Amino acid sequence: MDDGGKDRGTFTGFLDAGRRKFLLQGAGSACAAGVAGLGLMAHVQRARALPSQALRPPGALPEADFDAACVRCGLCVRACPFTTLNLAPAGGGIPVGTPYFEARSVPCEMCTDIPCKAACPTGALAPVLDDIAQARMGVAVLADPERCLSLQGMRCDACFQACPIKGKAITMERLHKPGGMTVFMPSVHAACTGCGKCEHDCVPQVAVIRVMPVAQVRGELERGRRRSEAALGMPPADRPAVSAPPRPKTR
Amino acid sequence: MSARPFLADALERKGRWLSYRWLILRRLSQLLVLAGFLAGPCCGVWILEGNLASSLLLGQVPLADPFTFIQSLAAGHSPAPQAMLGAALVAGGYLLVGGRLFCAWACPINPVTDLAGWLRRRLGIKSGFMPSRHFRLALLPACLLAAWLTGSLAWEYVNPVTGLMRGLVFGLGWTGGLVGAIFLFDLFVVQRGWCGHVCPMGAFYGLLGKTALLRVSAPRRRACTDCMDCFTACPEPQVIRPALKGKGTPLILDSNCTTCGRCVDVCGEKVFRLTHRFDRKLDEAGPPAHPPS
Repeated sequence: MDDGGKDRGTFTGFLDAGRRKFLLQGAGSACAAGVAGLGLMAHVQRARALPSQALRPPGALPEADFDAACVRCGLCVRACPFTTLNLAPAGGGIPVGTPYFEARSVPCEMCTDIPCKAACPTGALAPVLDDIAQARMGVAVLADPERCLSLQGMRCDACFQACPIKGKAITMERLHKPGGMTVFMPSVHAACTGCGKCEHDCVPQVAVIRVMPVAQVRGELERGRRRSEAALGMPPADRPAVSAPPRPKTR
Repeated sequence: MSARPFLADALERKGRWLSYRWLILRRLSQLLVLAGFLAGPCCGVWILEGNLASSLLLGQVPLADPFTFIQSLAAGHSPAPQAMLGAALVAGGYLLVGGRLFCAWACPINPVTDLAGWLRRRLGIKSGFMPSRHFRLALLPACLLAAWLTGSLAWEYVNPVTGLMRGLVFGLGWTGGLVGAIFLFDLFVVQRGWCGHVCPMGAFYGLLGKTALLRVSAPRRRACTDCMDCFTACPEPQVIRPALKGKGTPLILDSNCTTCGRCVDVCGEKVFRLTHRFDRKLDEAGPPAHPPS
């Protein structure tokens, strides 16, 4: 890059034709890449939302961390001895390539050795989970109580019977309706792992009891607390999210 | 110089096999990778479990794509041992042998863009749009920046390379549409557009292969008849000129060379050879204009 007589100290001298071309091309590429990057980020922000029917495998990190950790390799899908897990195909509304299951189709069988988690190479399915009962894949919600057969007075306890930790995650609570009728209401407790068996077995054509991602029901903070408790080996406490003000002592 | 059709010299002088050898071997390699992933779900023979992003070879050896891995790092995830080992094994392999070897010999998009390139030549489509080949080098950090800013594997939301392989093994969805778009882009908009200008994964493997051992050399460059067949066949034609027309080393040292070996195939004069990077030998086909080192 010898410019002969040109003064290399000045700006125009420094910018000979070769350099100018190189810099212009570089700047053009950088700008185009910047625009592409922005477009990519906009796409990611829209495409990363998890729909309410899509549940993550047991041990999955909170969704924001999961999105950074999961490389979409499908080793968990291969490790699953059932047909529960799938990798989301593009355009299906679930973050592309990530593992998920839909409770209504094929729920999680809650294998005690958690093979999907063991197969995960990245830690997106957290290795700290060693007791499947501590998994929080989702949480069951009685989404539309008026359609619940039991609440209508019929003898249905399909969800209660389907629950793999029977009597702990779902109980049938006696409910006195105005007018003298007594019915049983399925009530979900903190022990629910979100396996989806209850939603799978729910009798009406559209399930009344639904399992949804924990963050969508309880928020990330609550999930984080439960996760850390699980990591510490503490039993899941069934505490109300907001504690009542202390009652004044009366003697 | 010649008005002869592409590949005519090679076919006449070397026969069919030697004119297509590396292309056929490359297609076999690409099929083998795909078959390795598909044998498990289709026939219950587990050779490769998973997909290009991360896999288990024969149920034992972890493999992981280093580009996906660094995206995960950029997104803020602290790496797990198995992913780290897998990425190190794959990165080490390509670092040693040849970075963009991945593009030519394993990538599932390569047959698609090769088909587009072939069709483009057969149909005589010429478009004047020739963006900078540096775009991919700028897109690479942009992808990592996007991963960092969004806290996600941003490029993996659209990456057609891992996406197509994952789609073929786990269910395609709309990835087929994306691949079709790349085909049309290469066919009508930019010659060798995706692999040669856009793909940040290719750019990553290119950087990885800066010092790789496996190289194409042009030891018989004095026999070159300027028929231009190698430039026509090469997906990165700019890499050939310094080795073929220069006075220095006959080795193609540009890391954008995918070591596809197509130039070796199509040259009727057997100018090119696949060799290692220390083989700087120049064969004598006339008085050397510049003695080899």
